[in-house]
Amino acid sequence: MSIEVRHLTHTYSEGSALSAVALDDVSFSIQDGEFIGLIGHTGSGKSTLVQHLNGLLKPTSGQILIDGEDLNGEKVDRRALRRRIGLVFQYPEYQLFEETVAKDIAFGPKNQGLSAGEIDARVRYAMDCVHLDYEKYAEKSPFELSGGQMRRVAIAGVLAMKPSTLILDEPTAGLDPRGRDRILSMLEDLHRKENTTVIMVSHSMDDMARLATRLIVMANGKIVASGTPREIFSQREMMTSIGLGIPDAARLCGALREKGYDLPADLYRPEELKQHLLRLWKEAGKC
Amino acid sequence: MLKNITLGQYYPVDSLIHRLDPRIKLILTIAFIVAVFMVHTLAGYAVIFAFVFWLSRLAKVPFRMLLRGLKPLRFIVILTFLLNLFFTPGEKVLVEFWIIRITEESLLQAVHYSLRLIFLVLGTSLLTLTTSPVSLSDAIEILLTPLKKIRFPAHELAMMMTIALRFIPTLLEETDKIMKAQMARGADFESGNLFNRARAMVPLLVPLFVSAFRRAGDLAMAMESRCYHGGEGRTRLRVLKIQNNDWAACGIMVLLIGLIVLEGILL
Ligand SMILES: Nc1ncnc2c1ncn2[C@@H]1O[C@H](COP(=O)(O)OP(=O)(O)OP(=O)(O)O)[C@@H](O)[C@H]1O
Ligand SMILES: [Mg+2]
Repeated sequence: MSIEVRHLTHTYSEGSALSAVALDDVSFSIQDGEFIGLIGHTGSGKSTLVQHLNGLLKPTSGQILIDGEDLNGEKVDRRALRRRIGLVFQYPEYQLFEETVAKDIAFGPKNQGLSAGEIDARVRYAMDCVHLDYEKYAEKSPFELSGGQMRRVAIAGVLAMKPSTLILDEPTAGLDPRGRDRILSMLEDLHRKENTTVIMVSHSMDDMARLATRLIVMANGKIVASGTPREIFSQREMMTSIGLGIPDAARLCGALREKGYDLPADLYRPEELKQHLLRLWKEAGKC
Repeated sequence: MLKNITLGQYYPVDSLIHRLDPRIKLILTIAFIVAVFMVHTLAGYAVIFAFVFWLSRLAKVPFRMLLRGLKPLRFIVILTFLLNLFFTPGEKVLVEFWIIRITEESLLQAVHYSLRLIFLVLGTSLLTLTTSPVSLSDAIEILLTPLKKIRFPAHELAMMMTIALRFIPTLLEETDKIMKAQMARGADFESGNLFNRARAMVPLLVPLFVSAFRRAGDLAMAMESRCYHGGEGRTRLRVLKIQNNDWAACGIMVLLIGLIVLEGILL
């Protein structure tokens, strides 16, 4: 499924003193199987943008085309579309409401009108995806779980609908390193094995370095850069000028280069930096 | 989705009306309501309408914004109109068929009552649109202070109001967010019969209550950790003083009431 955004502009509370332009003439497109990293400073319009992609917000002007069809057109069944484009909100744990974890995850599939057997299979599948033990957690109340576990239940609630495109708004915010790693490796699996298109909003450049195939950089409601992580992370000045950082590995690489070490300018993954450092180490004849 | 409730929503611009002393504004609003209830002719309502319109211009609040405050109350206004229309006894019958009997008296009364309701809402909306919730409850607290002598919890009441008002927009925002999150999971809030729609509210209300309680707990904790212990001995950051403008506003209100009274006598 291809997503194309054309000249999208969104103004909150239009026509009042409180009006705020959150998106300003944004255009881009996303192909099947991409893993898009959406980055930008706080208030740059990321959350606003992703809510347009499954029709929860209506554009003030501009269009969103899904497989060439206007998402906000008259005939489009947006409820059906939301099954194909799953959106996990920022802090999704606050949307849990059922008595048990299993029932909460079943909410989406139930709305899809699936059979009881299929719903159960979906719940098991989704819990497996987010590494929650079915036997242990299915009958628990979601309100007695920890924050990180609640987050995983909420994500499972969207995965259970088996969307072909998955959008996540800061899925790892406020989690400990292990919780973060779990969610990231789950996304990696979904992307690699099931060929799910993923759009992830995150403030962590290291997460992006690990997963994204393409980055879209936003500032003040506009797209300021777009390209592979290697292209983006080598523009250190641009990134810091809009209040963003670069991955730790890229920063370390830059600092070493300033000290005169012979390293390529565009390293950003810890593994590749490691390879180069080992090479330097060997060349220096230290082992 | 939920943007149309202006009651309790401050409209932050700088204007003559915004700068009036909140205590005076509160008293004048009450005076305005009294004035509305003294009106007995349609000409009087025209005067009131002109007055409200003029105030909204002075306050730099779009009149649309003010009218939006009526929207959630439209059913009550319509109900008031219909009840008065059908159930007020009268002599001069206008329409009569089956069990329905509309008289001139009932029509007049229906118009009166619904107009009163409308102006009541417009007046109070104007107050809340031009006065920040904090200064409003400050005003209420000060005006109720004499009642402390008879052990009336003026400060607690004002604090409760401040907090309640403060959380209206937050809760609306939260409702909007949860609604969207559930819609992303295929929830349907818009179609279906009444029973289905009521049931569709569960995924909205449960998280909303959970978060409201969580917020209440957090707020209590935050207030206590900043040494809040009730109103005893608390001083104010901004001390309210009555200015010339406030006296002028009082004068205008007296004029309005005088006009209404005159109209009642003459017409
Ligand atoms: N419901 C709303 N009403 C009015 N303005 C809003 C609303 N939601 C967001 N905004 C404004 O729109 C702009 C973009 O907000 P958005 O939530 O999309 O930012 P973001 O990039 O997701 O930020 P963050 O990284 O903090 O989540 C901000 O300036 C914000 O103040
Ligand atoms: Mg956001």
